[in-house]
Amino acid sequence: MKSDYTATIGLEVHVQLKTKSKMFCGCAVAYGAEPNVHTCPTCLGLPGALPVMNLEALKLTALTGLMLKCQIAPVCKFDRKNYYYPDMPKNYQISQYDLPICERGEVPLYDLAYPKDAQKSIANPGKRVRLIRIHLEEDVAKSFHFESSTGIDFNRAGTPLMEIVSQPDIELPEEAFAYLTSLKQALIYGGVSDADMEKGQLRCDVNVSVRKRTDAAYGAKIELKNLNSISGVRRALAFEINRQIEALERGETLRQETRRWDDDLGETTLMRTKESAHDYRYFPDPDLLPVRTEVFLDEVRSRLPETPWEKRERLEKDYGLSAYDAGVLADDRPLSAYFEAAARGSARPKSVANYVMNDLLSALGAAGQTVEECPVRPEDLKALVTLVDEGRINSKQGKDVFSEMFSTGVDPQTIVRRKGLQQESDLGAIEALCREVIAANPKVVEDYRGGKSVSINFLKGQVMKLSKGKANPALVGETLQRLLS
Amino acid sequence: MDQIFTLDVHGLRSKLAAHEVSPVEVVRALARRIEAVDPAVRGYLSIDLERAIGEAEAADVTKPLGGVPIAIKDVISVRGAPCTCGSRILAGYRAPYDATVIARLRAAGAIPFGRTNMDEFAMGSSTENSAFGPTHNPYDPARTPGGSSGGSAAVVAADEAFAALGSDTGGSIRQPAAFCGCVGFKPTYGRVSRYGLVAFASSLDQIGPFTKTVRDAALLLNAIAGVDPCDSTSLDEPVPDFTTNLDRGVKGVRLGLPREYFVSGLDPQVERAVRQAVEHYAKLGAEIVEVSLPHTEYALSTYYIIAPAEASANLARFDGVRYGYRAEQPGDLLEHYGRTREEGFGAEVKRRIILGTYALSSGYYDAYYLKAQKARTLIRDDFSRAFRRVDAIVCPTSPTPAFKLGERANDPLSMYLADVFTLAANMAGICGVSIPCGFAEAEGKLLPIGLQILGNSLEEGRVLQVANAYEQTTDWHKRRPQSVTGNA
Amino acid sequence: MSSEDLDVEYVAELARIRLTPEEVATFRSQLGHVLEHVARLNRLNVAGVEPTAHSFPIYNVFRADEVKPSLPREEALANAPRQAEGLFLVTKVLD
Repeated sequence: MKSDYTATIGLEVHVQLKTKSKMFCGCAVAYGAEPNVHTCPTCLGLPGALPVMNLEALKLTALTGLMLKCQIAPVCKFDRKNYYYPDMPKNYQISQYDLPICERGEVPLYDLAYPKDAQKSIANPGKRVRLIRIHLEEDVAKSFHFESSTGIDFNRAGTPLMEIVSQPDIELPEEAFAYLTSLKQALIYGGVSDADMEKGQLRCDVNVSVRKRTDAAYGAKIELKNLNSISGVRRALAFEINRQIEALERGETLRQETRRWDDDLGETTLMRTKESAHDYRYFPDPDLLPVRTEVFLDEVRSRLPETPWEKRERLEKDYGLSAYDAGVLADDRPLSAYFEAAARGSARPKSVANYVMNDLLSALGAAGQTVEECPVRPEDLKALVTLVDEGRINSKQGKDVFSEMFSTGVDPQTIVRRKGLQQESDLGAIEALCREVIAANPKVVEDYRGGKSVSINFLKGQVMKLSKGKANPALVGETLQRLLS
Repeated sequence: MDQIFTLDVHGLRSKLAAHEVSPVEVVRALARRIEAVDPAVRGYLSIDLERAIGEAEAADVTKPLGGVPIAIKDVISVRGAPCTCGSRILAGYRAPYDATVIARLRAAGAIPFGRTNMDEFAMGSSTENSAFGPTHNPYDPARTPGGSSGGSAAVVAADEAFAALGSDTGGSIRQPAAFCGCVGFKPTYGRVSRYGLVAFASSLDQIGPFTKTVRDAALLLNAIAGVDPCDSTSLDEPVPDFTTNLDRGVKGVRLGLPREYFVSGLDPQVERAVRQAVEHYAKLGAEIVEVSLPHTEYALSTYYIIAPAEASANLARFDGVRYGYRAEQPGDLLEHYGRTREEGFGAEVKRRIILGTYALSSGYYDAYYLKAQKARTLIRDDFSRAFRRVDAIVCPTSPTPAFKLGERANDPLSMYLADVFTLAANMAGICGVSIPCGFAEAEGKLLPIGLQILGNSLEEGRVLQVANAYEQTTDWHKRRPQSVTGNA
Repeated sequence: MSSEDLDVEYVAELARIRLTPEEVATFRSQLGHVLEHVARLNRLNVAGVEPTAHSFPIYNVFRADEVKPSLPREEALANAPRQAEGLFLVTKVLD
């Protein structure tokens, strides 16, 4: 971005909540079902049907608010937002207007949330994006466009939908990426949503304007649509900011409009210029009663999970992990839970972390399994690290034992015993091997004694070879040193 | 046996329970009566006789309403039955579910029987706004039965039904009951579930019974009242047996006469009948107290903001996408909506949608809707204050007896004034009943006059007690219209 | 508030009801009378008065997050003016 310009970016994120049933009726929330099999008089907007609030949806929204340090309103209510569209069964959406359930709050942008290529050059480290509000509403149906008609499937209609509105605090495409990554992680952590953008569980509208740094007034607000991935949001913003700056440089005036991002072409195109202002005619929904949140807040507080950023700090502190390792583990809630189960009480938590992040993840990846399906029990991994740590097997053997554990689920002690992998730690036997090697390599021994201390590594290697890898390398080193001194 | 249709629910129940008559015989007798009388009344929109007979065959006469057919206003959903709401826009629609009141009637053994005519979407006071033609007043076919539940009132008055359900948003049960000379009860808001009642104004709508006697109203309320998990606004309050205190009389009961209801515009014959009823109560031992409801003059204005505003959103769903009428060959989506709703809705519905949309629109919300909601608070407070001093309020149900068909059709405001005494109760959420209290004479015809008795929230039992005290000591409720029915 | 402000054509468009010019004129006049009557609310002082949305001040009516049977699809679609392959069909929507 040309340095004399600055961008102002605000995001509206819609999140489908992970409830069993819909927001105002008992129909199942299900993805990928046959069309119109999860509908009832209420979510089809049939004459006479009425809504009743799903308490769990309110709790999940409050939980999100607490995780993001929002203020939870003591009283909230639902309003009708009136507009006509075939995917809206009642032609009004039940939403929250002036009394949303959560206000304020923030999303922290931690380093690992940024795109990999941008993590080395973060413009505003430790930035927190402020939120305006989080409210609850109902999702609309899904439309399928055919040649001459549009088909509508109401399965999705009425799914609890949380709208998270940020302040226009974001200035860079990378920050928008980090915001969405961090937010998504919090949602998954809280069990609030699976937040899969491809499945439409997390959807995002972006507003972006550009102005000269010297200008006080914001530029024209451009809304971007059709953003289907977090990286797509970054690419769309990068393109759009550049486009706007170039337009301004050419002396053009930008107008408020909605543009569609085409991820294949890598460009935005005009969808519509600002239409006549919407007149949504919000008013309190007389079918629903106000909500006093105090009755369920205690229970929600008890469900409050450690946030990803809190976990990151704690992993560094409690297990002595590097910021990077702590970040990678905290990124993945099941993985960090696995790690903690294995590392708790271990003398070598960092070695545990290495096994988890390298051997375990690659084995899982190759097997196409999730951490929850991992055949290696955390306590067995801990035992394996201890075996290596105590020198009972060497680290190369450790890798082999791990593969065996992963494919059989057998504990490491049994594998070591069965395979006769126990290291040779008998001093007499090791000494005999060492003497044999010293005798066979007079030239190297001479070099060592003459001050070339690295020569001992060659001798060590020969001893190991002679023992078929079974000799305890630490003991071999000590013995050689003693014999050569 | 031939005259079985003249019975009230209570009387019919005795005969059914004693096996003097079977539910199927009752349904058949009713069908014959309807065939004879309804061409002149036009109270029913549709009847599924075969289904009713099937249900009658299976009826359990030991249940509280076992084997009793009950007519249903065409705004309440019955599984598999039409529910036109008196509108072309719902032509062909069949509800795939039972309203909670229907499920409750069935549980009590009753048989939902026939769909009664109404003003389109319950908007009106004469049943002339039905897309399927008006219902005629059984006392004078040239006059309206009132509305919007005119069909339900007329069929009960003409002995074409033992009882009926209607809905009351601003007087739509009480005013037609007054015009047709039957009992019409509007329960406390939330007393009866609205689930399955096609919404007009959600914060005002209530379902209630039309009956020939006060006791029957209590019997029907027993069956339909009570909290419903499908209606968030239904009240989780204990439901007493409403027949228990019916005969306790009015000795020592304090009845309030609202000063503001006896004003100009009140028909002298109506005023005389109501004042005579009040004197009658005094003779029965009631204490008559003058009360004031000072915000009465704002009730109509308040109502005609709140009700259309809610209706404008409630009726948005009638768009021809999922059910009902759809305009042919629309060029695009806007035309699809615009023409479907132009062709599907009648004039009064369009008027009210436009009025309500306007009241909610940007820049006018505070001046209209919010202001009306505040005025509603003042109206509600008027009643709260009054009910601290009196047990019930007595007043006219409507300022006039039944007016002529066509008389007010082109003057919406004059039509709206027909509800001027009833709509405040909906805004306050309180309960009330209209019972027959005399007749006015007009052009050689006798037209019923209704006495309105209003009670505080959840005081249905008290209202029924006061109403029954009057009914038990007068004969008005025994009168039957001569002009269309021909029965003695 | 005044009846002068009522733009019937604009409001009818918001409400998705097409009106003929005659209807616009009739409604303007009829609703004008109603709004003149409603204007008496201007005389009412409502300073400090809480609005009433529900006649009963009740709160917190919820349902538990439990799945209930949905309508069989044939019933859900039975009233559709047009349908195909399990979908409700409308004239092509362009966004």
